[in-house]
Amino acid sequence: MKNRTAILFIVIGLATTALFVIDLAVGSVKIPLGRVFAVLAGTERDPMTSTIVIDFRLVKAVMALTVGAALSVSGLQMQTLFRNPLAGPYVLGISSGASLGVALFMLGAPLLGLPAVVSSLGIAGAAWVGAAAVLIVVAAVGHRIKDIMVILILGMMFSSGVGAIVQILQYLSREEALKNFVIWTMGSLGDVTVSQLWIIIPAVAVGFILAVVTIKALNLLLFGQEYAMTMGLDIRRARLLIFASTTLLAGTVTAFCGPIGFIGLAMPHVTRLMFASSDHRVMVPATALTGAAVMLVCDIISKLFLLPVNAITALLGIPVVVWIVLRNNTMTR
Amino acid sequence: MIELRDFTIGFGDKKLIDNANATIDGGSLTALLGRNGSGKSTLLRAIAGLNRRYEGTITVGGLDVATTPAPQLARALAFVSTERTRIANLSCRDVVALGRAPYTDWIGRLTKADRDIVDESLEAVGMASYADRTLDRMSDGECQRVMIARALAQTTPVILLDEPTSFLDLPNRYELCRLLGRLACDHGKTILYSTHELDIALRLSDAIALIDTPRLVCLPVDEMVAAGHINRLFHLDLLDRKP
Repeated sequence: MKNRTAILFIVIGLATTALFVIDLAVGSVKIPLGRVFAVLAGTERDPMTSTIVIDFRLVKAVMALTVGAALSVSGLQMQTLFRNPLAGPYVLGISSGASLGVALFMLGAPLLGLPAVVSSLGIAGAAWVGAAAVLIVVAAVGHRIKDIMVILILGMMFSSGVGAIVQILQYLSREEALKNFVIWTMGSLGDVTVSQLWIIIPAVAVGFILAVVTIKALNLLLFGQEYAMTMGLDIRRARLLIFASTTLLAGTVTAFCGPIGFIGLAMPHVTRLMFASSDHRVMVPATALTGAAVMLVCDIISKLFLLPVNAITALLGIPVVVWIVLRNNTMTR
Repeated sequence: MIELRDFTIGFGDKKLIDNANATIDGGSLTALLGRNGSGKSTLLRAIAGLNRRYEGTITVGGLDVATTPAPQLARALAFVSTERTRIANLSCRDVVALGRAPYTDWIGRLTKADRDIVDESLEAVGMASYADRTLDRMSDGECQRVMIARALAQTTPVILLDEPTSFLDLPNRYELCRLLGRLACDHGKTILYSTHELDIALRLSDAIALIDTPRLVCLPVDEMVAAGHINRLFHLDLLDRKP
């Protein structure tokens, strides 16, 4: 078992590295792999090529890594905490909450006569607040309700409700503000600048540190909150840390890249199957790695066929979700 | 080992147990009996520290349950609930190992001593040969045993079990209660379990805790039977009547 885990980590790690390099080479301008390496080594003479590789592709590839890892780990946390295989940042409305935060910020502020500052820090802050607010609502309601289906329905209803509010804001908004928001909702890895990375990476890194700190808590939570408590878990502290972690992970990437669906829901399942494990000591790093790899694949596909990345993650993720539902159905019979 | 002082619990106006004083001795197997809805689970959950909405005090091994932090209480008391847990990809050994959580470091690393306790716990419930199997491929009875092994691995002086015999057929019920009796006798554990199986409870337990709403009576089995509480509460006279 230990050997299998180690081999998988090495193989997926190498695959991720290869995908990262491929991602740098793929794009609308043809740059051969050799010159990509030349840029990375600092020996490339053409400043244009260097700019394309560093400022556009490298930033985008780093974002793909970050987004894939962050959303997947966030999905893993939610699935364990809610003991629900269909939980994830998207399904429970955390991304919708971030959308509402951003909508209020981008669309609501101009409506109130405030200047429409599309500052990256403001958007991130609004998405964080929105994501945290939804998590608190879902957690508060879910704490009293034992039935996971009810929580899931609440999450869906919340997303729809948020959608309605966002629609109203869109209806009332002016063209430019509306356009900015709609582009944000489409999800994109490409709009991030180097300076924004300096906000995103520390925020996500803190989210990961919190995820690692809560590994033992997540393992205990596999048995549900009550068992976890009688096995010595300080449930309030654990929940707070997990929520903070998920808000930093999912909230941050959603703020800068828009809502990106299905990665957070599907990757924990794929990883569980590959590693044949539910132990979060394996699952947290493994899910981060596989999530990053798959997000790189999605980015490469989106660049090759010039499609929005959100469509690719959905098309890859939906079959996985369908498979989970069918598998659970046959297991309970 | 478990002491209730001036203990009152209920929902709103309805008092399930009113002003009870009771002591459950160390090293004994005690069955918690009571009619449906009399508050057996509520009482067990209160003792386990999962429900703090009660009046009076509960102490377990000298610790006040209401004020003891969870990590410390988990070294005094282990709980096996009615909930069935089926976790894919988690072997029995991993499940039992999580019982060591109150003693392990921040990431749950097991020492050699921890691993020995895990093996002993699996051995004690007769599941040593199942150590590498996963819960989703086992029967209800086997899962129940693994969850009990997990409670044993917590190496607490007190173990509470909420209806451990439900989901089991008759031979398995006897088997499980004998196992609990052995653990109380050989390992000196204080075990309190709720059940609807009068027959098994009276035959295999050392003592009975009876919820005779709104009273809680704790007596050794013989005295409990002699006092007639059980016949009255469960209408056992009906069974004697010839058709």
